[in-house]
Amino acid sequence: MSEPISTGAEWTFELIEQYHAEIEAIAEEYGLDTYPNQIELITAEQMLDAYASVGMPIGYSHWSFGKHFIKNEQQYRRGHMGLAYEIVINSNPCIAYLMEENTMMMQALVIAHASYGHNSFFKGNYLFRTWTDAEAIIDYLVFAKRYIGECEERYGIDEVENLLDSCHALQNHGVDRYKRPYPVSMREEQERLKEREAYLQSQVNDLWHKTIPRKEAEEERKRQPNFPEEPQENILYFIEKNAPLLEPWQREVIRIVRKVGQYFYPQRQTQVMNEGWACFWHYHIMNTLYDRGKVTDGFMLEFLQSHTNVVAQPDFDSKFFSGINPYALGYAMMTDIKRICVDPDEEDRKWFPDIAGSDWQQTLDFAMRNFKDESFISQFLSPRLIRDFKLFSILDDEEQSELEVTSIHNDSGYRYIRQALSNQYNLSMNDPNIQVYNVDIRGDRTLTLRHIPHNKVPLADTSEEVLKHLRRLWSFGVKLETIDSDGEVIKTEECAA
Amino acid sequence: MAQLIDRRPNAKGKSTVNRQRFLRRYKTQIKKAISEQISERSITNVDSGESVSIPTRDITEPTFRNDQGGVREGVYPGNKEFARGDKIKRPPGGAGGKGDRASDSGEGEDDFVFEISKDEYLDMLFDDLELPNLQKNQLSKMTKSKSVRAGFTNDGVPTNINIVRSLRSALSRRVAMGAEPRRRLHELEAELLGLQQEVGGDENRRRELEGEIEALRNRIKKIPFIDTFDLRFNNFVQRPEPTSQAVMFCLMDVSGSMDQETKDIAKRFYILLYLFLTRSYRDVDVVYIRHHTQAKEVDEEEFFYSRETGGTIVSSALEMTRDIIAQRYPPSDWNIYAAQASDGDNWNDDSPVCEQILAQQLLPQLRYYAYVEITRREHQGLWSHYENLLAKHDNFAMQHIREYEDIYPVFREFFRKQTQ
Repeated sequence: MSEPISTGAEWTFELIEQYHAEIEAIAEEYGLDTYPNQIELITAEQMLDAYASVGMPIGYSHWSFGKHFIKNEQQYRRGHMGLAYEIVINSNPCIAYLMEENTMMMQALVIAHASYGHNSFFKGNYLFRTWTDAEAIIDYLVFAKRYIGECEERYGIDEVENLLDSCHALQNHGVDRYKRPYPVSMREEQERLKEREAYLQSQVNDLWHKTIPRKEAEEERKRQPNFPEEPQENILYFIEKNAPLLEPWQREVIRIVRKVGQYFYPQRQTQVMNEGWACFWHYHIMNTLYDRGKVTDGFMLEFLQSHTNVVAQPDFDSKFFSGINPYALGYAMMTDIKRICVDPDEEDRKWFPDIAGSDWQQTLDFAMRNFKDESFISQFLSPRLIRDFKLFSILDDEEQSELEVTSIHNDSGYRYIRQALSNQYNLSMNDPNIQVYNVDIRGDRTLTLRHIPHNKVPLADTSEEVLKHLRRLWSFGVKLETIDSDGEVIKTEECAA
Repeated sequence: MAQLIDRRPNAKGKSTVNRQRFLRRYKTQIKKAISEQISERSITNVDSGESVSIPTRDITEPTFRNDQGGVREGVYPGNKEFARGDKIKRPPGGAGGKGDRASDSGEGEDDFVFEISKDEYLDMLFDDLELPNLQKNQLSKMTKSKSVRAGFTNDGVPTNINIVRSLRSALSRRVAMGAEPRRRLHELEAELLGLQQEVGGDENRRRELEGEIEALRNRIKKIPFIDTFDLRFNNFVQRPEPTSQAVMFCLMDVSGSMDQETKDIAKRFYILLYLFLTRSYRDVDVVYIRHHTQAKEVDEEEFFYSRETGGTIVSSALEMTRDIIAQRYPPSDWNIYAAQASDGDNWNDDSPVCEQILAQQLLPQLRYYAYVEITRREHQGLWSHYENLLAKHDNFAMQHIREYEDIYPVFREFFRKQTQ
């Protein structure tokens, strides 16, 4: 039995280094593959700064970040909000911010959670691997900040601000969900920048030159195929490439917003997994520290108290309930997968024949690498967990006067609940499905979008404002059609040129 | 091994730019909120910022979102009594299974409330305003002066000797004066050394050299360590400074005709004036003079809240102002501002006297005299007499306030930036 590393609550840089060395060794034994770590100690004010810029170390200037900053600061000052213990950035090296106020135990916990848990997730998960480039992100953000700063100097703050407002309104529609993107890379970006500006402009001009109306324009318009030929879900991309009157710098700004949005896209899809993975590993690493006598009983009690709070799931009728806690669900599922591997019972063998009794580290690693929340849940949510959480599903049809309990945690309900919960994490069911449908290239250049409601869920009335923003980018009239399940247009919103 | 970096010494306030952008964008709304709130502040409370509230709907960032309604299915934890097929009454607050928690706790359509600092507050409040005639008066009446450093001189009093500079020039003088003899000394020493090593050297020459070396050494030694020539003195010059102190006279009628509401309006006006003066002057004294038939100097509390009855003689307050200026605030040292609030009542024979005192005795000494008449009735004698002053004196201004809402616009009217 060795001596504990420290006994008090106060941290010092030497202690953090010692703890880190131990944690690093343990993580290596468990085979966690991570980016190199960069751990930064910050104050509460700096944490608030980091919040406002969505955790990014550098960001371009925009009033909306100021708004978030003010909001957070207010809440924090009034004690309505505790600050996160840590923020971690998906970059290489992986940057983790630790708050100065944390106790020694918290610092160790945060290092295990962020610098080894999240870090290995960023490096391993397929979504992060395809959608983001950890090597280049910091460089890209520096580039974006400088570029937008230059635009402000050249074209005025208001001009740039308005453009960014419009882009932000559509930021969630700047991602190709079904195509694989090219990761952003700083050097290529710069090399291609000039080339692209010139090329884009020529493309756009080309498109519109060919559309000068001729005599039989009316006739031809009817025969003219839709432009775009296929509906486009990536609205920002469509605007960037096709909006007729945009200046090259405006196209570049749109691109920046699109790329930043793309960078955050995997985070939205892997919340449960990412947090579950990090919690699972901080729990294991801390316990291993304890088993090796590196930490005291007091340290461990403090840790367990904090850990239990983080992974608690209040019931639906509790006043603390605010949806399913991704930490709780993720941690429970990761732990459950390990249990199925190490100690399966009859039920597990029936439900998970391929992983029951297998090597748990390999299985977990596989799960971490190849899934997102939606598929992770539909693959790994076990009947036992459904029982533990006492999950039940409720159908809310606005045409019915009452809500209906569609299934509960029993034999006939497991599959149904699993599917329903998986759907809950399916972004394409939660974000409205809106696509670029047509451009009247022979006429007044009106851009038509189509909204295809999922389960008759209507669009919030913010759409009117968004259309105004879209109109500003497109420079001509914009129309939003909502269609029903038969493909008939049932509602049209318009923002005229 | 991980990099461990202490970022705590880094500048905080990375969000300052974004915060400024936010204030800039919502300037109109913030200014509106501020002008509605000024009445609630105490007159001398300028040390705090202000909490500003602007409607949330103005600052939302719209995105395409799903609304309530349609067909939704949700999974919830912690089932206790439900079985499949149970029907539950829809909770109030709309669809969505659990009601709308956000708006229950009152965060839905609330205003967006945030603090701005004192400086930001005053900037917004007095945006585009300036003190009238400030520049002109300063030039003619700059009386205060201040010693400022102005390099170094070659003569001065011993207390101002700059030791570093003096020693530095002494050193360079010594180097310069000793250069020639020292070079010669080295030459002779080398020659002497050669002579000594030579067997049977020229004895006479040797003695001659030794003598010359001795003489040179003495000469070098005699270069003075420091000379009056070396002395450098810190130089100070007197630079005229605009006086940075101001006094503000608050004159108010407290006769029977002034009710509490009218006084309240006056108070708010004075607050604004005070805040505005503190922006231009480091120290602002406030003198409260209230009057009915007699004037009296009082403190803030008594000024605003105690009641008196009786007739009204405005000139009594003007005379008192004049006397206090003579006793305590010489116009050469003080920037004097005065603001008078009244409901326009005055004893008829007194109004010409007021006009005369102002025109002949007060206005020449004052930076600015502002008269506000707070009444909903017709103007009376005082107003028309004051109007006579308006044409002749550009540091006199008068405005009419009817309602609370008029205060801020009237104030802005007084101090609007003059375009020349």
